[in-house]
Amino acid sequence: MEEKKTLDLLKQTFPAVVKEASTNLGDDVVIIDREGLLGLANFLINKPHEYTMLLDLTCVDFLGQKPRFEMVYHLFSLPQNKRLRIKARLEENDLRIASLTSLWKNADWLEREVFDMFGVNFEGHPDLRRIFMYDCFEGHPLRKDYPLRKRQPCIKFRE
Amino acid sequence: MLGGKALSSGSEKRSGLSEMKKKQGPPAQFITTQFNSILGWARKYSLFQYPFITACCGMEYMSAACAHFDLDRFGAGWTRFSPRQADMLLVVGTVTQKLAPVLRTVYEQMTDPKWVVAFGTCTVSGGIYDNYAVVQGIDLVIPVDVYIPGCPPRPETVLDGLLKLQEKIQHQEQEWRWKKRKP
Amino acid sequence: MTRIQKEARPDTMLLNMGPSHPAMHGTIRIMLELDGERILNSEVEVGYLHRGFEKTCENRTYFNLLIYTDRLNYVSPLINNLGYAMTIEKMLGVEVPERAQYIRVIMSELSRISDHLTCLAAMAMESGAFTVFLYKMKAREFIWDVIEQTTGARMTTSYIRIGGVRADLHADFDTVLKTAIVETRKVLKDIHGLLDKNKIFLNRTRDIAVMTPEDALAFGWTGPCLRSTGVYYDVRKAHPYLTYDRLNFEVPLGERGDNFDRYMVRMKEMDQSLRIIEQAAQRLQKTPAGVLAQAFEPAEAIKASRLKRIKGGVNLSPNLEGSERDKYPGILSADKSYVIPPKDDTYTTMEGLISHFKFFMKGNGIRPPRGEVYFSVEGGNGELGYYIVSDGSDRPFRLHLRAPCFHIVAALEQLIRGRYVADVIPTFGSMNMIGGELDR
Repeated sequence: MEEKKTLDLLKQTFPAVVKEASTNLGDDVVIIDREGLLGLANFLINKPHEYTMLLDLTCVDFLGQKPRFEMVYHLFSLPQNKRLRIKARLEENDLRIASLTSLWKNADWLEREVFDMFGVNFEGHPDLRRIFMYDCFEGHPLRKDYPLRKRQPCIKFRE
Repeated sequence: MLGGKALSSGSEKRSGLSEMKKKQGPPAQFITTQFNSILGWARKYSLFQYPFITACCGMEYMSAACAHFDLDRFGAGWTRFSPRQADMLLVVGTVTQKLAPVLRTVYEQMTDPKWVVAFGTCTVSGGIYDNYAVVQGIDLVIPVDVYIPGCPPRPETVLDGLLKLQEKIQHQEQEWRWKKRKP
Repeated sequence: MTRIQKEARPDTMLLNMGPSHPAMHGTIRIMLELDGERILNSEVEVGYLHRGFEKTCENRTYFNLLIYTDRLNYVSPLINNLGYAMTIEKMLGVEVPERAQYIRVIMSELSRISDHLTCLAAMAMESGAFTVFLYKMKAREFIWDVIEQTTGARMTTSYIRIGGVRADLHADFDTVLKTAIVETRKVLKDIHGLLDKNKIFLNRTRDIAVMTPEDALAFGWTGPCLRSTGVYYDVRKAHPYLTYDRLNFEVPLGERGDNFDRYMVRMKEMDQSLRIIEQAAQRLQKTPAGVLAQAFEPAEAIKASRLKRIKGGVNLSPNLEGSERDKYPGILSADKSYVIPPKDDTYTTMEGLISHFKFFMKGNGIRPPRGEVYFSVEGGNGELGYYIVSDGSDRPFRLHLRAPCFHIVAALEQLIRGRYVADVIPTFGSMNMIGGELDR
């Protein structure tokens, strides 16, 4: 009951932004336009829905499809005990999306990770730089066109 | 890989030792050989280890160092958490490309005589991680004396590796301050 | 140049607690800007154990990448295995037999106890209580004995498979388990006596690094760290999986959210885990150690099966103990496309051989339908979630791990600001940062 209400409410309140809202294998999924992310997140974090926890934030690279990248957000509402998945597609030549650091504090490091691995720019992020890879590393490793074994050593190896 | 076969003490297979003996007469040879063995004995039973712990093998290192499988009974119990005070660098766990400069710095900070033990398959050859982020074996970064394979190695394997290192230390040519150096 | 080097004031001191540090639980770098002993600002640098788990998994089959999941949270490897297996089972819709579920619960709780023991042992050792460390390592050895007897390995087990578990329990399981539980209870009692009212420990942990519940939720904290602030969220109770809804246990909560509460919640959770294990072990039916009427040696069995199907079992090697054909209905799901056929069948029947071949052959094997799934289990640190995108082939298109300690360590900079250098150690220790999970 609850999940139908949230999904329907989202479709009603943001008709231009929400492209699709469905339930898939028990998870609620909402596919949106990337411009409406911040507005939607603001709506969800407040009462009565109270999606107070940002569980996860990641990106998927669909090489060969247009648009190529897809941002995936997982939100969790403690009072309702419900999870919600928000997806938004990004074009390869326009790889930016609004940052959620103003709403959830862990978005800081999560977005740095996505920037490091995929190269997505987050507008409004206070300090966007690499988190896992070292500074002299070039490229974004988790993209499909980055070869698995391409090593870029930091120091000169022996032998 | 896990050290050589067992050599008897005072063996003449080490080339450095035999060259030195050719220069000196028989009584001096006897003294230096014995002193060499004594120094080897002292060094092998008082290893001060620096555990450079990164990953899962750290758990087996903790097991090997604690009460059930004791490292202390082999003389290697004192963990010195500073490279300047240690003589055995125990590299435990995967070394990534980001960490390789740090490993090199720590190795260079250690003073002679020093030995390096590669603990776990990731340090021996990169392990199951053959990708952009992992160094395929720490011997690309620093010279290694004993390799201990296993993912993670059982504590008995660790103790076996330690014994092999002790054998190696006993039979190698030791350096001491008043030894005449070749010009 | 790191951020803190750029931002530091000229009259302060910069201290580097480098990647190779005994208290850094592996590899993390904390740079502190100090005024005397007080921390004004700090920067945490992670990534020194980034082993490319997610990218490697895109190049391995679903069955093969189970070994990589062991090495994520390496102090509780069975829980990682469990999370992964259950995510794939959710995607495929596979039903796991009840006996396997109880075995999974027992293994999972043993891993959780081992995780909490290691975390608190390291925290205590770094605060100076070396005895606590040694006692807990002793208890952990008994637990690892149980795990080794069942799975074959002490740490990186790869035991929990898609569809069930790999092998059934040993006939002596009850004795070894009882020893482990008794020893662990003894050790826990000793530790309570050593640390709970210890003035030094209390001074170092009480009211240090307090986290409010609102902040904890904003940071995405889960697990014992969140429960120490007073928020009741446990994945085992909120979204029950396996047989947790049929077992009686409580979820301990803290009050203040300081280091001492995080320590106390973990100690109490270990008690509850022992309770769960005892209940689950009682409910498991005892299968008697069967003696096969007529068991062939493998070479004979293969030869005899060329003429006609053999009756009777095959004497498998001790490595395969517990995974014989008659044990299969209890431990693995009946759906043949997701599990390896029993070795008796593989050696002696044509169908078994073909199933085995097709399972492992490139391009075949487990091929979930197109789509995506997210599933989470309660790990040692919190909600351990797997997000898998499948494109219909035998390799995952994208596998992402929701690492609980990533969010917990993200709050470290805020927690240590304004405190002394010596407070960093118990704070960091109580967060239970595991490098394999943090950096993947």
